[in-house]
Amino acid sequence: MDHSFFTTALVFLAAAVLFVPLAKKSGLGSVLGYLIAGVIIGPYALGFVGQEGQDIMHFAEFGVVMMLFLIGLELEPELLWKLRKSILGLGGLQVILTTLVIAGIALLFHFAWQQALALGMILSLSSTAIVLQTLSEKGLMKTAAGQSAFSVLLFQDIAVIPMLGLFPLLATLQAGQSGAADTHAVTNWVEGQPAWLHTVIVLGSIAAVIAVGRVAVRPLLRIVAKTKMREIFTASALLIIVGIAVLMTQIGLSPALGAFLAGVVLANSEYKHELESDIEPFKGLLLGVFFMAVGASIDFNLVSQQFREILLWVCILIAVKVIVLLLLGKFFKVSTEQNFIFSFSLTQVGEFAFVLFSFSLQQGILSAQTTSIMTAVVAISMALTPLIILLNEKLILPRVGTDELEERQADEIDEKNPVIIAGFGHFGSVIGRFLRANKIPATYLDLDSDRVDALRNLGFKVFYGDASRDDLLRAAGAQQAKIIIIAINSPEKRLEMIETVKKHFPHLHMLVRASDRYDAYDLMNAGMLHIYRETLDTSLRVGVDVMTLMGYRKYTAKRLAKNFLKYDEANLKRLSAIRNPEDYVVEARKHIEEIEATIQSDRQNLLNEADISWDPDTLREEARTLQNGDAAS
Amino acid sequence: MKKILIIFAHPVLEKSRVHKTLLKYIPQVDEITVNDLYENYPDFDIDVKREQQLLLAHDIIIWQHPLYWYSAPALLKQWQDLVLQHGWAYGKTGVALSGKKIFNVISSGGGTGAYQHEGYQHCTINDVLRPYERTAELCRMTYWPPFWVAGTHKMDLPQIKEYGERYKQLLLRLREDKINEDTMMQVSRLNDLVDISQSNLA
Repeated sequence: MDHSFFTTALVFLAAAVLFVPLAKKSGLGSVLGYLIAGVIIGPYALGFVGQEGQDIMHFAEFGVVMMLFLIGLELEPELLWKLRKSILGLGGLQVILTTLVIAGIALLFHFAWQQALALGMILSLSSTAIVLQTLSEKGLMKTAAGQSAFSVLLFQDIAVIPMLGLFPLLATLQAGQSGAADTHAVTNWVEGQPAWLHTVIVLGSIAAVIAVGRVAVRPLLRIVAKTKMREIFTASALLIIVGIAVLMTQIGLSPALGAFLAGVVLANSEYKHELESDIEPFKGLLLGVFFMAVGASIDFNLVSQQFREILLWVCILIAVKVIVLLLLGKFFKVSTEQNFIFSFSLTQVGEFAFVLFSFSLQQGILSAQTTSIMTAVVAISMALTPLIILLNEKLILPRVGTDELEERQADEIDEKNPVIIAGFGHFGSVIGRFLRANKIPATYLDLDSDRVDALRNLGFKVFYGDASRDDLLRAAGAQQAKIIIIAINSPEKRLEMIETVKKHFPHLHMLVRASDRYDAYDLMNAGMLHIYRETLDTSLRVGVDVMTLMGYRKYTAKRLAKNFLKYDEANLKRLSAIRNPEDYVVEARKHIEEIEATIQSDRQNLLNEADISWDPDTLREEARTLQNGDAAS
Repeated sequence: MKKILIIFAHPVLEKSRVHKTLLKYIPQVDEITVNDLYENYPDFDIDVKREQQLLLAHDIIIWQHPLYWYSAPALLKQWQDLVLQHGWAYGKTGVALSGKKIFNVISSGGGTGAYQHEGYQHCTINDVLRPYERTAELCRMTYWPPFWVAGTHKMDLPQIKEYGERYKQLLLRLREDKINEDTMMQVSRLNDLVDISQSNLA
């Protein structure tokens, strides 16, 4: 490790730690935070990072590979099959139409048709990293917009393969060829092989990834898991991904696609969650570095020289992408609101463009002048994404989308519902149904516009939007309500919402959903009294049924479960009091120790609390010692 | 053949000696139904319709339970409160149970000697069971004397099994309708009506 590695690491880490929280705090999202951090440390502002920005970017592209591996892990093959229509239809049409339109425009700019086609293909791609990061941060991945965006991105990742195959046929500039040789000096198994063998190797490798994933990886992970050395498990997880990336690069496929495939193969394995939690931090950090490198690599000299051309291309690009996406969304019957979210999230050009530009330079398709201008266009389009999404949210959606407020007849009196339920997912919906069944009027808040529309059709009073906003809460009648149920999915949003309610509506009783005990600690620290851990009651019901099936009396099993629940809640309070409230960061190791301690004290306390109320032993004992013997019944 | 419904209430059967044994001696025949309240309604959510149907389908009803504080465990009280509805079990039109027979099968820590006016308890077992008698009468049922396992604190297992055998014989004879109701009303405990001298007490 030379000195400059540490300096570089220092610069990147410091920039991330400084700017990302700032960007998040001001509602810009982490991606924009990273990009701004990149620009600031880059050669045109502070100059901490010079030309090595490019190299770092290539290195950090590995974060994208990891992200696709994680996405694959989340996607069971059945789900992928279910999405086939939107992946092929929506994704396929998006790539083809955008390519053709952009190529057509490029022809107008007097590019040769081969160059125009190459530009079209490269620019039709969008950034998986930026879009998925942004959408999941906003909690929109599960909505129609999120799913559609995901399908399109997935198809684009697949489409890179034929593009790479097609590019050599588009070569027009003889001069460019010379540059190609040295980069391709990296041994590549398919280089120079006949086409049929090429195909065989590619198909064989994909089959190998699937077969190895199915047959070899699980036993390997089992052996590794048995060593109980966490770092070795992490190493194996990284080994899987790096191995696939190397293999895919060797056969000329996208490493991201290979990682995705491996993820899907492992989606059903028992080690899914361990793999996820091991890779997640690497992915997050590398993606962060990647975004910063993008920010740092924007050539502001070139931008200022070619300002008008670059700006023109950025505008054309965004306009073409949005229009194509909107039309396709409409054609595939995505609702207006969701369609706008979907279309505006995919307006940038993806990280693969950087790879494809350098490839097309080597292949002699595009000139160095064009590629450097286009690289700037791509970087700017990426940097603009969070702003465009923000623009869509603030200016366009309020006009076209689902109204935040419910439309009401003029003559209808505004009923003042005593209960507000924030979040109508699987948690909130049961509460809502239960209250409705018992004719307790409630007002609902939700972030999924499709769900909001559906609920309104059913006659529910629903407000659409981010429930942690005080203006939305006020519109929903928080001033007049008595109780607010915070049932939204994201723990961070729940904490935000608690702060909003505390500040603006202190009279409301807050009933809060908690994911687990650690989340419950946070809620206790936030001063919450009514905390409901999602799975606690259900898990205990399973416990009761197990005891019953083993022959225990039902009433006894139920009483034991109720005791356990009471005891566990008390224990939670006790442990939360012991914990340092400032100490939010609990390491995995501490979690395990705490679970051990909890189980230990479960045994001691619950056994001592045996039933003495109905226990005849003591009474019998006493009766025996009495001469009289005729004690109480 | 008479049909017998045993409404059984015990919150901690796993700790019981007497009732666990008594249950074992109940003959497994079609005419006898055991309705284990704490097992069927661990949440105290009694299915009133089901319980009423069960009552209608049987001729002789038994409340089987330990005596807790001169009464039954809480769920049996809940059962009475919910199942014996006005207009169905009692009141002007409440004739659903009219003519049925009912009695208690109880256990008590104290022995028979304690339940005398001059004994430790200052009252008889009939005094203790008065609420059940009145309930039965209000519902137009005939209230029979109890089957009573008394002095359980000092009872050993062979003795308890003897009670089990008596319980079995009583149930079988009631099922076959072999006991004269007049003789029944003359005894203070139904235990006394069965002779188990020939029975095998293994």
